[in-house]
Amino acid sequence: MARKKNIPSAPPTHFNTTARILHWLMAAMILAMIFVGLGMMTSLTWRPWLLDLHMPIGIAILLLVIIRFINRLSFSVPKMPASISNFQSTAAGTLHWLLYAMMLALPLTGWAQLSAGGFLVKLFPGINLPSILQQSPFLYALLHDAHRVMAWLLFLMVVGHLSAALLHAWAYRDGLFSSITWGKKMINRSEEHFKKSDSLRENCKK
Amino acid sequence: MKKTSLIAYLRTKRVLFIICGICLIASTLFFAFAWSAGLVGGRTTTQTFLKDTPSTFPAGYRRAHGKGICFDGTFRASGKGVPFSVARVFAQQKVPAVGRFSLGSPDPYAPDNSTRTVSMALMLTADDGEQWRMKLNNEPFFATRDAKGFLKQMDAYKPTPATGTPDPARVKAFLKEYPEAKKYVTWDAAAPWTRSFAGAQYNVINSFILIAENGKKQAIRWSMRPHASFTSWSVSQRKQASHDFLFEDLKKRLQKGPLYWDLVVTLAESGDPVNDPSQVWPESRREIVAGTLEVSHVFDQANGGCRDINFDPTRVPKGITLSDDPVLLARAGIYSHSHNSRVREIGYGKATDAVGKRQNDNRKNK
Ligand code: HEM
Ligand code: HEM
Ligand code: HEM
Repeated sequence: MARKKNIPSAPPTHFNTTARILHWLMAAMILAMIFVGLGMMTSLTWRPWLLDLHMPIGIAILLLVIIRFINRLSFSVPKMPASISNFQSTAAGTLHWLLYAMMLALPLTGWAQLSAGGFLVKLFPGINLPSILQQSPFLYALLHDAHRVMAWLLFLMVVGHLSAALLHAWAYRDGLFSSITWGKKMINRSEEHFKKSDSLRENCKK
Repeated sequence: MKKTSLIAYLRTKRVLFIICGICLIASTLFFAFAWSAGLVGGRTTTQTFLKDTPSTFPAGYRRAHGKGICFDGTFRASGKGVPFSVARVFAQQKVPAVGRFSLGSPDPYAPDNSTRTVSMALMLTADDGEQWRMKLNNEPFFATRDAKGFLKQMDAYKPTPATGTPDPARVKAFLKEYPEAKKYVTWDAAAPWTRSFAGAQYNVINSFILIAENGKKQAIRWSMRPHASFTSWSVSQRKQASHDFLFEDLKKRLQKGPLYWDLVVTLAESGDPVNDPSQVWPESRREIVAGTLEVSHVFDQANGGCRDINFDPTRVPKGITLSDDPVLLARAGIYSHSHNSRVREIGYGKATDAVGKRQNDNRKNK
C-alpha cells in the first residue's frame, strides 16, 4: 500500500487530507444544521438563538463546500473496492454528487428566501449579508418550500449514506470506510475478507 | 469446548448483529428527527398555536390581527436613547418607518366594534441597514406568564356548544393554574375601549435589553404614547358604530395632517419582573422619550407594503437584544408560521381579496 502511494498514476488509497478534514467537519455541521433548523421551527424557547446559529453556520457550509468541491475536482480519489458491484458504486457515486448539490443548494435557498422575504441575513450582530434577490411573495414561497423539502431529503440521504458507510466499515471491511478516515486501508487483506463478504451476501439473500 | 463454539456461533452471525446495529442507529436518528420536527411526542410546538386556524381561513391574511391598514412614516430620534444603546435608530435624525394598524381579532372581516384590542406593527430601517421590527398592543400587559398559558386560556374560554358560554369549571381551573390572568380579566371588564387608533397607546408588553457602547445592559419595555388624546365610547355608541369606524376615523384624521407617537422607553430596576409579561413594572420607573414617530399616510394592505412583512419582534438591531421573557421567545416561531402560510398563499396565487383581487367566493370564516 505504502508503495502504491508514491506512484502518481495509481489511484490513492485515501481521500486527501483536505477532503478528510472537510468531510468530517462538514458532516458534523450538516447534521447539527438539520436539527437546528427543525428546532427553530418548533421550539417555544430557542428559536431566536437557533436562528442566530443557523445563518452563520449555513453560510460557513457554503464557503466550505466550494473549497471542498474544488479540491474534489483537482485531485484523484480512491477507487471503489473491487468487491463492490457496478450498481453499488454508481449509486454511491450519484449519491455523493447529489450530496454536493444539496450542500450548495441549501445555503443558497436559505439566503435567497431571506432576501425574497425582506429579512436580513444576520451573521453576527450588526453584520449582515447583502440581499441576493428582489422581494417577492412568489419567490419567498418557492424558496422556502424548496429549502424545507431539500433539508428533509438531505436527512434521508445522509442516513442512507451513513448506513452504507457503517456497513462497509463493520461488515465488508473493504477499506472504503478507512479511505475517508486516518485508518489503514484493509483492501485485499486476506481470504478472511472474502469469507466475510460471502457470509454477508448469504445474509442479504435471506 | 462450549465457550469457543459460542464465539464461533456469534462469529457466523456477526453480520446480522451489524445490520441490527446499523438499523438501530438509523432509527434513532429518524426518531430524533421526527421528535425535533414535532411529528411525534405530542409536545407543544410553535405550530400548535396555529392548529386551530380553520382550513377555510381566508387565504393571504394574517392568522391573527387579520384586519389592518398599512402606514408610512418617519421616526425622529431625540438622542436620549444613545447613552443606553448603540442602535443607530436612537441617534439618526430621520429613520424611515413602515407599519400597520390592526384589530386584535383574527377575523380579517371583523367589524371595528367587535374587539377592544388595537395594535401597531412597525419596522424602522436605520441607515446602517439594521432593522427594528416590533408589534405593539394597546393592552398594558399579557394575560399569562408564559405562552402555553395562552393556549390554555383559549381552551378554557371556548364556548361550550350547549350553552354558548364558556364552561365555568374550566375557567376556574385555568385561573387556578394561571392566577395572574385574573388581573387581565378584571382589567378587561372595566377598562374603556378606545374609539380611535390615533389616541391609543401601544405597548411592547415583553421586555428587551439595551446594550450600551461600554457593553452595559439595561432591561427595558417601551410604548408608543400618542400625542392625540385618548377617546372612548359608551357601549351604546359602540354598538351603533359602522363596520369600519376605526379605520375611517384614522383616514379622516390623516387627511388633516400627520399623527404622532412618542417612543417612551421604561428602564427596569433590579428585581423588576423582566421575564414575566403579565406583570407591569412600578409606575415610578424612569422613562425616556427616545424619539417621535410621525405617521403620515395610510394605504390598503391589499396593495402590498406592510402586507407581506413579518413584524417579528425578535428581529432587533444591534444594540438591542431579547430578554428571557418566554412569551417573546415563543412568538418568534408562531409569527414565522403565520407569515409563511400567508405569503405562500399570496405567492402561489391562492389569495383573492387579501391581494385586492375580485372575490368570486367570499370565504368568510364567521
Ligand atoms: C446545509 C445547510 C443548511 C441546512 C441543512 C438547513 C436546514 C434547515 C432545516 C431542516 C430547516 C427547517 C425546515 C422545516 O422543517 O420547515 C431550515 C429552515 C430555514 N433555513 Fe436552513 N439550512 C441550511 C442553510 C441555511 C442558510 C445558509 C440559511 C440562510 C442564510 C438558512 C435559512 C433558513 C431559513 C430562513 C429557514 C426557515 C425559517 C422560517 O421560515 O422561519 N438555512 N433549514
Ligand atoms: C455522519 C456520518 C457520515 C459517515 C459515517 C460518512 C462516511 C463516508 C465514507 C465512508 C465515505 C467514503 C465513501 C466512498 O469512498 O465511496 C464518505 C464519502 C463522502 N461523504 Fe460521507 N459520511 C458521513 C456524513 C456525510 C455528510 C453529512 C455528507 C454531506 C452532506 C457527506 C458527504 C460525503 C461525500 C460528498 C463523499 C464523497 C467524498 C468526497 O467527495 O468528499 N457525508 N462518507
Ligand atoms: C402567545 C401569544 C400570542 C400568539 C399565539 C399570537 C399570535 C399572533 C399571530 C398568529 C399573528 C399574525 C402574525 C402574522 O401573520 O404576521 C399575530 C399578530 C400580532 N400580534 Fe400576536 N400573538 C401572541 C402574543 C402577542 C403579544 C404579547 C403581543 C403584544 C404586543 C402581540 C401583538 C401582535 C400584533 C401587534 C400583531 C399584528 C402584527 C401585524 O400587523 O403585522 N401578540 N399574533
